[in-house]
Amino acid sequence: MEKITLNIDHKNIEVPRGTTILEAAAQVGIDIPTLCHMKLHDMNIENKPGGCRVCVVEVKGRRNLAPACCTEVAPGMEISTHSMRAVNARRTILELILSDHPADCLVCAKSGNCELQDMAHQMGIREIHYQGAQTHYREDTSPAIIREMDKCIRCKRCETMCNEVQTVGVLSTINRGFEAVVSPAFEMNLDHSVCTYCGQCVAVCPTGALTEVDETGAVIRALSDPSKTVIVQTAPAVRAALGEEFELEAGTLVTGKMVSALRRLGFDYVFDTDFAADLTIMEEGTELLSRLGKYLAGDKEVKMPILTSCCPAWVKFFEHQFPELKDIPSTARSPQQMFGAIAKTYFADKIGVKREDLVVVSIMPCVAKKYESSRDEFAANGNPDVDYALTTRELASLINLSNIDFKSLPEEDFDQPLGESTGAGVIFGTTGGVIEAAVRTAYEIQTGKTLPRLDFHELRGMEGLRKATIDFDGTPINIGIAHGLGNARKLLEEIKAGKSEFHAIEIMSCPGGCIGGGGQPYHHGDVEILKKRQKAIYSEDKNKTLRKSHENPHIKKLYEEFLGAPMSEKAHHLLHTGYFDRS
Amino acid sequence: MAEFNTHILVCGGTGCKASQSDLLKANLKNRLADHGLQNEVQVLQTGCFGFCEKGPIVKIQPDNTFYVSVEPKDAIEIVDEHILKGRKVEHLLFKDPKNDKRVDDSKQMDFYKKQVRIALRNCGFINPENIDEYIGNDGYAALGTCLENYKPTEVIDLIKKSGLRGRGGGGFPTGLKWEITNKVEADQKYVVCNADEGDPGAFMDRSILEGDPHSVIEAMAICGYCIGASKGLVYIRAEYPLAIKRLKVALEQAAEYGLLGKNILGSDFNFEIEIRYGAGAFVCGEETALIHSMEGLRGEPTFKPPFPSESGYMGKPTNVNNVETFANIPPIINKGADWFASIGTEKSKGTKVFALAGKINNVGLIEVPMGITLREVIYDIGGGIKDGKEFKAVQTGGPSGGCLTKDFLDTPIDYDNLLAAGSMMGSGGMIVMDEDDCMVSIAKFYLEFTLDESCGKCTPCRIGNKRLYEILDKISQGKGTNEDLDKLRLLSQVIKDSSLCGLGQTSPNPVLSTLDHFMDEYVAHVDHHKCPAGQCKALLSYHIDEEKCTGCTLCFRNCPVGAISGEKRGPHYIDQSLCIKCGICLEKCKFDAVKIA
Amino acid sequence: MTKIKSLADLRKLKDEVQSKIKLREKGDHPENLIHIKVSMATCGIASGAKETMNYLIEELDHQGIDAIVTQTGCMGYCYAEPTIEVSIPGKEPVIYGHVNKDKALEIIEKHLKLNELVDGIIPTNYKTIED
Repeated sequence: MEKITLNIDHKNIEVPRGTTILEAAAQVGIDIPTLCHMKLHDMNIENKPGGCRVCVVEVKGRRNLAPACCTEVAPGMEISTHSMRAVNARRTILELILSDHPADCLVCAKSGNCELQDMAHQMGIREIHYQGAQTHYREDTSPAIIREMDKCIRCKRCETMCNEVQTVGVLSTINRGFEAVVSPAFEMNLDHSVCTYCGQCVAVCPTGALTEVDETGAVIRALSDPSKTVIVQTAPAVRAALGEEFELEAGTLVTGKMVSALRRLGFDYVFDTDFAADLTIMEEGTELLSRLGKYLAGDKEVKMPILTSCCPAWVKFFEHQFPELKDIPSTARSPQQMFGAIAKTYFADKIGVKREDLVVVSIMPCVAKKYESSRDEFAANGNPDVDYALTTRELASLINLSNIDFKSLPEEDFDQPLGESTGAGVIFGTTGGVIEAAVRTAYEIQTGKTLPRLDFHELRGMEGLRKATIDFDGTPINIGIAHGLGNARKLLEEIKAGKSEFHAIEIMSCPGGCIGGGGQPYHHGDVEILKKRQKAIYSEDKNKTLRKSHENPHIKKLYEEFLGAPMSEKAHHLLHTGYFDRS
Repeated sequence: MAEFNTHILVCGGTGCKASQSDLLKANLKNRLADHGLQNEVQVLQTGCFGFCEKGPIVKIQPDNTFYVSVEPKDAIEIVDEHILKGRKVEHLLFKDPKNDKRVDDSKQMDFYKKQVRIALRNCGFINPENIDEYIGNDGYAALGTCLENYKPTEVIDLIKKSGLRGRGGGGFPTGLKWEITNKVEADQKYVVCNADEGDPGAFMDRSILEGDPHSVIEAMAICGYCIGASKGLVYIRAEYPLAIKRLKVALEQAAEYGLLGKNILGSDFNFEIEIRYGAGAFVCGEETALIHSMEGLRGEPTFKPPFPSESGYMGKPTNVNNVETFANIPPIINKGADWFASIGTEKSKGTKVFALAGKINNVGLIEVPMGITLREVIYDIGGGIKDGKEFKAVQTGGPSGGCLTKDFLDTPIDYDNLLAAGSMMGSGGMIVMDEDDCMVSIAKFYLEFTLDESCGKCTPCRIGNKRLYEILDKISQGKGTNEDLDKLRLLSQVIKDSSLCGLGQTSPNPVLSTLDHFMDEYVAHVDHHKCPAGQCKALLSYHIDEEKCTGCTLCFRNCPVGAISGEKRGPHYIDQSLCIKCGICLEKCKFDAVKIA
Repeated sequence: MTKIKSLADLRKLKDEVQSKIKLREKGDHPENLIHIKVSMATCGIASGAKETMNYLIEELDHQGIDAIVTQTGCMGYCYAEPTIEVSIPGKEPVIYGHVNKDKALEIIEKHLKLNELVDGIIPTNYKTIED
């Protein structure tokens, strides 16, 4: 590729044509501040509206300042990133943003994680010279996400995630000028929109404009209520990310510390969603085999491919956008909801606690789980199967609130019986994991043979759309994987057009799967963090003695004692669901 | 029945009327009657000749004699000498400033050459809804010539040679733009006509589309031929219903004649045009915002490059020109690049259409060669300032332009000179201000417009302009400080320097140019809490002159808030704490007793 | 309408149109002797050009005067709308400004019928591309 020589802050550098000033500067150790710009490398996700103008630099001979994030280098360019003119403009721009921002940092949900706050600190802003009117918008609360648009800096990252990456199309800028605001159409509330609550907007918001609904208070109240038995389940992806909230290296597995922290918080039983993930494989895998069997036998009625249904944002997505395909996804509930249903029946009976007195809390990497747990079909007599779904971040704040020094905690094990899991349950936390877990079980049930290998590398990775063919002892099974709803949409369009080549497809809403969930510690645009979390998930799987869901002894026991067989009537009642046309 | 052989035309424009042209007319009539010529020579009052500096004007036809600065007493001499004896009254003839010679035939006067109509050549002449009339006036001949005689690159060279620059404001060389788009390889390209005219007070493009829609259609087809596009789009604001209607009629007629569609004029060139409607967002005049709007997206600009010529509508190479630019194309092809390049200045060729507005007598649409001075436009064509007031400033370039003072009256108008003077050509709005206009209020007015029209995408324009406006507002309330004046300038510079698109980059121009040229007015507001033009309400107070007040009680009875008191037939007073400065007392007083301080 | 298939076709049509105009201007043709153009751009219509045009058509018809009335675009004299241009064969066209119904009637009665100019002429002061 053609190389271009230029000079940045008196340093000569050679970069390929097409490189931006921002990227070129980074190569010589110059860190030009940015606010709106966000690039998730290797994931094809970039937000580059050139709107905040914080990254402006001076280019010799140019009439005005150039935004470093979207100006491509040219041969012989002479750039000054910290000339008086550039710094003055940058500071003025930041002051302008601050002049239209509530100064409630001390009590803001984003305090400490706020990129605007960091930048004000970095630039040493001590006074805001331009004061004036501030924009004010109605706060919008939904089951999962709170929009506090007074804090929005119009970076458009949420728009990029919502429209380009997820193709959900809820958030866009409306109104003009000073009154411009990111909003669902007609300024309606999120809960009236087609929002899937995937939370990717929350994950990338640089300020406190988009945050999850905070349910820590309710959980603290439940924990201090002596009449309640409070149990907790933790999703697979949480253990691979929680450590980041306590300054541990990204990708550090903190399963044992997390369990011990939860015990110290006062949960009566600390269980694992991975158990329910194994249960999901039993149900979904059986469903897959049943549909596949019919299909391969020439049944024209059976719908193919089968789609996974663990991800609540994905479920809401197809209910809104592809209601005609609502018979295609597996009817298996998500692990969170399977756990809740089993906990409030089988486990409540086992410990002799009434359903009403059992509180099920889940720790999820996800904000959509809050919405999922509130869906009407996941409750009995108005009592939800899962009472509260906290994000990884909320758990961290609970731990901090309870004076627990996370790093020095001992490692402890989950309680039984709902704490036992296999490696198959663990890998639910990353893109490709659910289908790999399903393959491990479906293969053995279908063929009656033991798998020659357990690591299906062809199903792993970070590509947004992946496909692989797995040989089921002579029968080739075509598998598709999509993460990010925009990628899912492509596969759904193929299915709609009758052109899908797949037998089974795994879909996760968030880029990377649950490790990149909207409820995880903020990655601040660093995609390496997601890759490290993924690596951690696979290493936990590798270290497990049991790595196939159907080998989980407590799952076997659950079927023996309570459910009968996968897809039995009882299983159907408790572990399966139906979907609605929300178009 | 009278059979008039000679007509004496007396200017009845406002300026000339002020210089007693009515009396002049009466004197002329009387003198003719004295000689019994009332049935042979007719005296007529006309509209403004636009030469008010030398008014009153008298023109005698059929011999085209043009008398200037004619006083009522000159009527006798005109009738006795010119009408009776056929001798021109030498001392009343216009003296050519170039050679000091009297001009006896007005056709020789420069004044008649001040306007040159190229883009407006058919406006007001042909029926825009009849394609035959356009064809009768050389219509579609340029397209035919291009298709039959020229290769696309040859046409582009011709346009380049003509020196035509974009008339939408930026002044980018049109031929070069076409050439760039021509060179980009693509399966589909587009020609877009920007008819999203949005400057306050500007209506050049609307008038062209209403008066001569075919010239734009023809030019778009020529452009399509040149760049290799088979599709054209006209982005027009929905608030222009008549222009839309006429454009639609014209498109239908052109298609019926086969001048649009497949195999145009027997060639293998295909071209069709669609209309897209804008919802009246000023920023959609910016070409990237315009393209996004046409794509169904929010009308927000995006960073250039990539330029539309590389990646425009639907990601395809797109050539965007405005209406007036297109309207210039057919004459350039018909009459040649050299002809066009002979008009105008070295770097700005041809003519420019301006919408004259504001405190000027002849509000209207004019087309003048580049290089004409503001003085000529305002006094010779525009008929000077209304009510004989003093000229203060002229705003060109709309909200993106600046205010030019009388120091610039003799500056030749072209792209570069206007830019150097701190304003810009813009799309052609020209708003004239007089001594009654407060320059702080003017800056505030334009900024308010920008505030409304900013898309809100980039910080400097979204928040910076709001803060600028707030400071101006503070100053107009008399609450400004010297620090505010510094802030105005500093913030303006940052906004210019760092905004995303042309809208933000130019939005502080009215502030900066008024700061540059009318600092005294700002200082008066800040230091003395006075508005010299008497426009800023917060800084005015109404008082009654005791000497002049007759105690008629008219002001007392009309004051809406009961702020006026006083005895009948005695002097009245205004209670400043109650006064809302509505000005009704001033309006009602018949004795000139109410004063503004 | 038939399609124009070549530049030659186009030129033929142009000549036809122009000869029609010339006939009218020279007055050699018995029909459509007088031509009145009404400036019907947005500015004109807003100032009442439509009413003026309708009135002219009705009144000319009523009085049996053989004239054609057509619309045209903006003449540029926005300060004097509605504006009309009166062409009588063999004479220079005359533009009138502020043509309301009264003025229109005066123009019909004096200019059209008696060949007398009336007050309110707008002097033209520009070059065309042909000059």
